[in-house]
Formats: sequence, C-alpha cells, structure tokens
Amino acid sequence: MSAIEIATAVRAGEQSARSAVEGALRAIREGDGALHAFLLVTEESALERADALDAAIARGEDPGSLAGVPIALKDNLCTIGVPTTCSSQILAGWIPPYNATVVAKLTAAGAIAVGKTNLDEFAMGSSTENSAFGPTRNPWALDRVPGGSSGGSAAAVAAGFVPLAVGSDTGGSIRQPASLCGVVGVKPTYGLVSRYGLIAFASSLDQIGPFAVSVADAALLLEVLAGHDRLDSTSIDRPAPKLVESLEEGISGLRVGVIDDFLTDASTATRRAVGDAASALSAAGALVDHVAIPALLDGLASYYVIAPAEASSNLSRYDGVRYGLRVDADDVEQMNSKTRAAGFGAEVKRRIMLGTFALSAGYYDAYYAQAQRVRTLISEAFARAYSDFDVLIGPTTPGVAFRFGEKSDPLAMYLSDLYTIPSNLAGHPAMSVPFALGEDQLPVGVQILAPALREVVMFRVAAVLESAAPIGVGAPIGLPESVAR
Amino acid sequence: MSETIGRDEVIYVAKLARLDLTEEETTLFAAQLSSVIDHVAALRRLDTTGVRPTSHPLELSNVLREDVVVPSLDRDVVLASAPATEDGKFKVPSILGEAP
Repeated sequence: MSAIEIATAVRAGEQSARSAVEGALRAIREGDGALHAFLLVTEESALERADALDAAIARGEDPGSLAGVPIALKDNLCTIGVPTTCSSQILAGWIPPYNATVVAKLTAAGAIAVGKTNLDEFAMGSSTENSAFGPTRNPWALDRVPGGSSGGSAAAVAAGFVPLAVGSDTGGSIRQPASLCGVVGVKPTYGLVSRYGLIAFASSLDQIGPFAVSVADAALLLEVLAGHDRLDSTSIDRPAPKLVESLEEGISGLRVGVIDDFLTDASTATRRAVGDAASALSAAGALVDHVAIPALLDGLASYYVIAPAEASSNLSRYDGVRYGLRVDADDVEQMNSKTRAAGFGAEVKRRIMLGTFALSAGYYDAYYAQAQRVRTLISEAFARAYSDFDVLIGPTTPGVAFRFGEKSDPLAMYLSDLYTIPSNLAGHPAMSVPFALGEDQLPVGVQILAPALREVVMFRVAAVLESAAPIGVGAPIGLPESVAR
Repeated sequence: MSETIGRDEVIYVAKLARLDLTEEETTLFAAQLSSVIDHVAALRRLDTTGVRPTSHPLELSNVLREDVVVPSLDRDVVLASAPATEDGKFKVPSILGEAP
C-alpha cells in the first residue's frame, strides 16, 4: 500500500495504525535478513506509538497527514533515546539526547518510525560498502549494491518494508540509491528542510529529503519535512510548498532541457531511458530541446575538494572527549589521534586527509578557493540554462546498480555522483524517478533538475514521467522470492 | 599536470588531522590521495579570473534572537554520553606536561 492509502485508511478509521505498523515489522522480520537495510528496528516503541495514535483517533483527534504510516530513518538523524551511529564505530553506543527537527515533524504528522537504516559511514560513499556494520544488498539483485550513501533507506522502500523513508543528500546520496533501487528520491532546495539533528558531513551541501514508492507519496512526505526552523540558521524563512494539490496540473508549454553533457558517459540503456523520458514529456505538451552545459561536469572536481574540506572541519568534533569512542593514551593529543584512528573507517579517513590537505597552508588557494570559484561558475551555467528552460532532465547516475567490490578504486566510486553533484553545489532541488529497466533488467532513474524553490514544477514533471514509465513505480518486479512481499 | 602527495606529506597532514595512521595506511593513502588530487587538479586549468568564490548556496545574513534564557539540555543528560567525567565535567588526559 502507498503512504497515501495507509494514511487515508487510518484517518478514516478503516485501518488501525497498529495493523499498518505490524505489517511493516513483519515484512522487515521476514526480508531484512537478506538485505540488511536496517541497523536497528524499533519494534517496541513503534507499536506503542501506533497504539497511542489509534487511541487519539478514537478520541476524535486529528492524527496528522501521515497517520499510521511506517517510515524508516537514515541513521544519521538524531533520535532521542535511540542509538544513532552514522554507521561508524566512533559513535557506537551513543544515544542522542534530542530529536532531529524532521523526526519531531514526522511524529507530529502521525508517521511511525520503525527503525534506523544503513548508510556509508558518515554518508561518505555511493554503495553502503563503507558502513562499519556491513553493506546493504539491492532488493533487485542481491549481488548488487543499493547505491549510497542512503542505501538502507532506498532498499527498505524498494523491498516494500515501508512506503516511506528519509535520507540525506550531499552529492547524490538520495537520488543515486533511489535510481539504483527503482524508487522515487528527492533532494529539496538547500534550506527547505531543517537540518537540526542531522549529523553534519558537508554543511554547505547537506540536505534532507524523502524516499517513496510514488511521486505523490514523496510530495506528501516533503510537505511534512519542509518549513522554517529557528534551530537551523540555514533554514529558509518561508512556508512549506504545497506539492500534492498541483501534481496533476500537467506540463503543457513547460520548457524542458535535456542535458547532453550527462549522456556521453551514461550506459546505453540509461541514454535510451532519458530519450524515452524526453519523448514522453513532449507527448504531454512540454517543449523539449537539448542543451549543452559543459561546466556541470567540472562539479565533480569542485565537490571533491569542497565536501572533504567541510567534512574535515565537521568531523573534528569526534575527539574522544564528549561522546562516542575513546582510546586512552598518556596525553590528550595521543588520545585524540588514537581514538580517531580506531573509530573512523578508511573512506572517512581518506576524506578527512583530503580536506585537511586542501585547507592546509600553501594549498588553500590552489584547491579550496579555486573549487569555490568553480562552484560559482556552475551556478552561473545553471542560471543561463534556466533562462531558456523551466526544468532540466538527464540520467541520475551513469549506469544500473553495480556489483559489490566492483568500484574499489575511490575515484571510480566518486564518478557515480557525476550527474547529481551539480545540484548540491548550486543548492537546487533535483529528484530521481524510476523510469525504465536497463542492463540486466535493473532499474534506471531519470533525474529532474529545477531552479531553487521550484519543487512544485519539478514534481509536476515527475508525475508525468511516473505515469509514462514502462515500469510500474511501487511494484518493483524482479524482487527475489526471498524478499518478495 | 600531475600532482602527487608523498609519504612525508601524508604523515604531516595526518598529524594536522589527528589521525594515528599505520604504515600500511600511510602508503595506501599516498597513492590514493595522489590519484584524487591529480583529478581535482584539473580545476586549476579553469579560468576563474574575477570569479567570486561561493562558500554557501544561499545569500545568508546573521540570524539573531532575543537574549533571553531558555531551557537547554540538562548537564547530567549530556555528561551521560561522555567516555569519562568527573565533578560534572568532561575528563581528559593531561594537556600540559609536568612543570620543569
């Protein structure tokens, strides 16, 4: 069932929140042994919350727009009283003393968190292979990665454990796993969703967003997540957009640009999917044309200076003093260095090293300041394209889900994010919609990119693509029997 | 243009980053970081004359609030997460050596 169907039934008293939550918990129990989407399942508190919600409905109270909908949370979102690990040994055993704002908003809207999902350590990666607690498997093919870093959230939705999940996207960490797992994934405009309680990776890029089985469900979830929060100084002070009500308004006359530069290195089936998507939008009345924006491809190099630089600063807080792991030593500097060596995995260490290098004396201007100037060039290139087009489309990622161990070279892994990174650098919204089956019958997502705060138009395009998609969204065919619903 | 980062530089950066790397990690990172830095060095070929750096995607100004006392996390709750505490404070190994 979709989130909208569950919420509608629960709100009408036709289904109890408890039965919806019990269904999700049963599916996780039966299927997650094969996938490892979840690091922790919060069965007891989920059932308590469901019972409380059912009691509130019985009293005639409004249970909220996501009443009784089971939801999974990426394990870099702080949950009060529930361990939050970022898939890192350095936070093993830590229990946050507060909730992320999005967690509080979901609770207020009646959604019921059933657990914390796996990720690449501190959201650094594109496959979940960097999790300290073992990778998540792709429900479409168990020998393939689910993408990352929000791979657990994507797999949990694709496997039908939950209709909704929350992730975070710094360079593609929602859209790339959504594409690889055949679900909808959205990175909202920077500042649209509060990041209070999201454990920071790269603060000028991080943004929280939804995973869902359908475009309408994603729209409903984003309406709940969005909105100003005085606890996040980067939060935009304007009302959350109304997305659901205008989903069906169509795209007649809308100007859509197909980004040619994103097609060169994409797989054959991926290129075909984008071509078919362009035809479908044209058939729906959009004015579709091709556009060259070569500056966007410089985003990868810019990102792999800026994101590690910000990460090296953000992760300096893991020093063995206030929370998490400590390895004892004779003096404080030794204690810091031994704690961080024992607590961080290889990719996190690499990024901290890269960022520290880029910020160090003698290299700052050549790398960090230059990457920031290139970031400006990317925003300017987008602005020129958006003077001719309302939205842009392209592939989400160059190919279908890859096999475990296939991208052991860090640079090869980084290239997975080539098409998703530019939107993070510019602070723009972008989303991935499952559109076709590609190589080895694995899902291919089409990415829709829009200017800042133009989510309403982006979602209307997504709704058209969803209805035209040759694969049925929300019905991931090809699920192995072991995890099939 | 080829950029490389040697073992000595890895050791220096690791000290700045407070990472106690093993010999194997030092060798591995020298090779892997060289490969990534060689890739990102392509940035230096782009003409950015007169281009303003972007540090943040939004035009932000300071967010100020009224200077009034509001409840915050309880000290005991915060200290419960710490690896070591004493007398209501975080406890760490010695920062300064013995007096000469």
